[in-house]
Amino acid sequence: MNRLTNIVLMALGTLTTTSAFTGAIAADSAVKEATTLNLRKGVTDISGQVYDLHMLMFTICVVIAVVVFGAMFISIYLHRRSRGAKPAKFHENVKVEIAWTVVPFLILIFMAFPAAKTLIAMEDTSKPDMTVLVTGSQWKWHYQYMDSDIGFYSLMATQREQIENRYEKGQNYLLEVDRPLVIPTDQKVRFLITSDDVIHSWWVPDFAVKKDANPGFINEAWTKVNEPGLYRGQCAELCGKDHGFMPIVVIAKEPAEFDAWMANQQQIKQEAEAEELRLLAMSMSMDDLMSEGKKVYNAACAACHMPNGEGLKGVFPALKGSQIATEDMQAHLDIVVNGKAGTAMQAFGKMLSLRELAAVVTYERNAWGNNTEEVVQPKDVNAFINGQ
Amino acid sequence: MTKPTNTTSHEATIADELALNPDHHEHHEHHIPKGMMRWVLTTNHKDIGTLYLWFAFIMFLVGGAMAMVIRAELFQPGLQIVQPNFFNQMTTVHGLIMVFGAVMPAFTGLANWLIPMMIGAPDMALPRMNNWSFWILPFAFAILLGSLFMEGGGPAFGWTFYAPLSTTYSNDSTGLFVFSVHIMGISSIMGAINVIVTIFNMRAPGMTWMKMPLFVWTWLITAFLLIAVMPVLAGAVTMVLTDKFFGTSFFDAAGGGDPVMFQHIFWFFGHPEVYIMILPAFGIISQIVPTFARKPLFGYASMVYATASIALLSFVVWAHHMFTTGMPVYMEMFFMFATMLISVPTGVKVFNWVATMWRGSMTFEVPMMFALAFIVLFTIGGLSGLMLAITPVDFQYHDTYFVVAHFHYVLVTGAIFSIMAAVYYWLPKWTGRMFNITLAKWHFWCSLVSVNVLFFPMHFVGLAGMPRRIPDYSLQFADFNQWISIGGFAFGLSQLIFLALVIQACRKQGEPVSDRVWDGAHGLEWEIPSPAPYHTFETPPVVK
Repeated sequence: MNRLTNIVLMALGTLTTTSAFTGAIAADSAVKEATTLNLRKGVTDISGQVYDLHMLMFTICVVIAVVVFGAMFISIYLHRRSRGAKPAKFHENVKVEIAWTVVPFLILIFMAFPAAKTLIAMEDTSKPDMTVLVTGSQWKWHYQYMDSDIGFYSLMATQREQIENRYEKGQNYLLEVDRPLVIPTDQKVRFLITSDDVIHSWWVPDFAVKKDANPGFINEAWTKVNEPGLYRGQCAELCGKDHGFMPIVVIAKEPAEFDAWMANQQQIKQEAEAEELRLLAMSMSMDDLMSEGKKVYNAACAACHMPNGEGLKGVFPALKGSQIATEDMQAHLDIVVNGKAGTAMQAFGKMLSLRELAAVVTYERNAWGNNTEEVVQPKDVNAFINGQ
Repeated sequence: MTKPTNTTSHEATIADELALNPDHHEHHEHHIPKGMMRWVLTTNHKDIGTLYLWFAFIMFLVGGAMAMVIRAELFQPGLQIVQPNFFNQMTTVHGLIMVFGAVMPAFTGLANWLIPMMIGAPDMALPRMNNWSFWILPFAFAILLGSLFMEGGGPAFGWTFYAPLSTTYSNDSTGLFVFSVHIMGISSIMGAINVIVTIFNMRAPGMTWMKMPLFVWTWLITAFLLIAVMPVLAGAVTMVLTDKFFGTSFFDAAGGGDPVMFQHIFWFFGHPEVYIMILPAFGIISQIVPTFARKPLFGYASMVYATASIALLSFVVWAHHMFTTGMPVYMEMFFMFATMLISVPTGVKVFNWVATMWRGSMTFEVPMMFALAFIVLFTIGGLSGLMLAITPVDFQYHDTYFVVAHFHYVLVTGAIFSIMAAVYYWLPKWTGRMFNITLAKWHFWCSLVSVNVLFFPMHFVGLAGMPRRIPDYSLQFADFNQWISIGGFAFGLSQLIFLALVIQACRKQGEPVSDRVWDGAHGLEWEIPSPAPYHTFETPPVVK
């Protein structure tokens, strides 16, 4: 009796897991939005093909599983000693063995054709309508439109307080950025993907695009989005401490809207440049620099050096009470502007404006008890950069 | 098969035999020390097998405790228990410990105990090296675990230690990591040499190649894989070491190197490594299924050839771990097709097990329960592996929880379930007593249910887009992650039942068992007394 219970339970256990998978997927196709169970179909022709391939493979696997496990459970039920089964003596049968080698092989060939076809289409990055250079760095993405001088960093916008459970988490927790990438729909957009430091991986599930960002090398991928909308993704390759906190957001706009957006970006850029020039002629107050510096610090520096300036012992150095932030100011500017080769310290000279650089250096030299009382103005930073 | 001639009293325990059998001392000029020193100085394959198995079990619990930390942090969105840097150390060291500290030493322990008894040899061919290959392991893991207490913590770059995260961007504990991996590699290579030399030279008269039990065959092939790829791993860690500390640029484009080359080297080791962890499992299942189906293995020869084919193919599929690194499309196609091909010999194995059960006379003792669970759950892992082989879809699966689900199905419900099946199958032979069957059934059912609650929903969160190796996740994954964590805690606790059972068995509790233990069991190890005497087959048996 005990044995029988065992058998029944064992059979049930496996069948429920298998059928849960099938059932879950079937139920899912009814509710296409907000999928939490299955791959999404996405918004490109390629992602649709990938989804179909996935479902084909999945179906084949379920059929194989049902046949194999079916045979197994039949024999578990019928051919057991408690039902009086006497063991047969047969073993080895060339015909059967050839069959179960050849049939799976044929199934594989059947799978291989559509897979190869989709793969070739995915890797064809020729004749793009536009190109975006995507650069990963710890822990943010940079987007540069290759056909214009527009380029910007895209950082996670979720507040630290939400991560630390002090504020309630928003709907797009960990999946929101300050500046999303904007691309046009119905155009072939090519991505050139690389990295400034470690390997990252740029992944937008709705486009079925996932490509590693390798430092020193450039990878290619492409997409052609059919539906305007906002699509979210994440870095997919372990890239250090904040790997879980470098999301990707892409907004696809109708081509006309995209052109308008682009023109607007050009204008904003020109205004910012004029503002920089204006700043060079004047001085900012300590309070302004400190309050702006704190903002910049928390966005650009706090991931490693920590909001309290104490760093992470043995991994990221402290700034609080450090030589660099309390002594020679030129050395301080040098490391912030140019970074430090062979370490995770990036060159912020190309990421931040003169004003932001001045503010953050002033902040670091006066926060957390680093009371040097020294003020760095945008023009000082400009002089340093031009003087090197 | 003839009965071996050197059997002592059936009831003799190892200690009894040492004390009571004065003849024993004439064969060996040294006296075997008692207490701790017996274990430190032992060259006996059974002692060393026991050491390996206990070590693997302890490491399994340590690595499991780290998995509990991971699952506790992922129980809810947000950071609650650990910080990201420590979380990364936990995923890294959990992986390293489970691969190199739990699964591999457990299989080596089984090889030590069983291979000499299965081929009718008195011991392993190189007993002193055997002692050394075990005793360097605790030091390797002491170094690895010790590095967690360094300033900045231990390795935090994943068990795959991709450069340059592990070189330029790691902290100084990387040196300790490299040193400990070197020691693990040396230990594995020595263990593999021992297995090969033993099987080639010490088979009993009449034990021809095609009469060897499948466990011996699969281990022989595994040993060749180990010798082929462990030096490659040693090369990879050495290049990481020199890139980090001595200014070389193997993996740094600025100096003419290539970070993707690291991945090619690592996975040239890493993929055969996957089969190192599963081929002996195939061997174990091929021993257990015929015993409890009371019917010979359906296709012995085809099982041997399938194992060899899998081993050969394992050398030409490594880049399927790297489809997103940006390979030329024809390379992607080659590795896709080669990977798909592996499912043919693997399928042959599963079909063989099912055909062995077909029209057998089955009973469902605890080892068989684990073996059946292995066949079903490993096959689920194998089928998701086939899905992962399809490059265009792999772009979506890669580095998500779908992959995590896949390799835990093949490694936990595959490799580890097979090890548990093996322990339940041979434990009565080792101790001479039947283990506590009630506890064993509790262990089985608790493990079976919890392991599926733990790993099955990972398929869903992976497909829905949750990347692996993240300490925090967006809100749509919250419900499933809670289930996964609950399954994880339950699976972890279930293993304490196993611990209690093994301790009971080692303390000689339970009913004495017959020599054959299981009425359908065949093979030389079932011809000798239970418990197996300290020395067996000092005069080789003749296998007809």
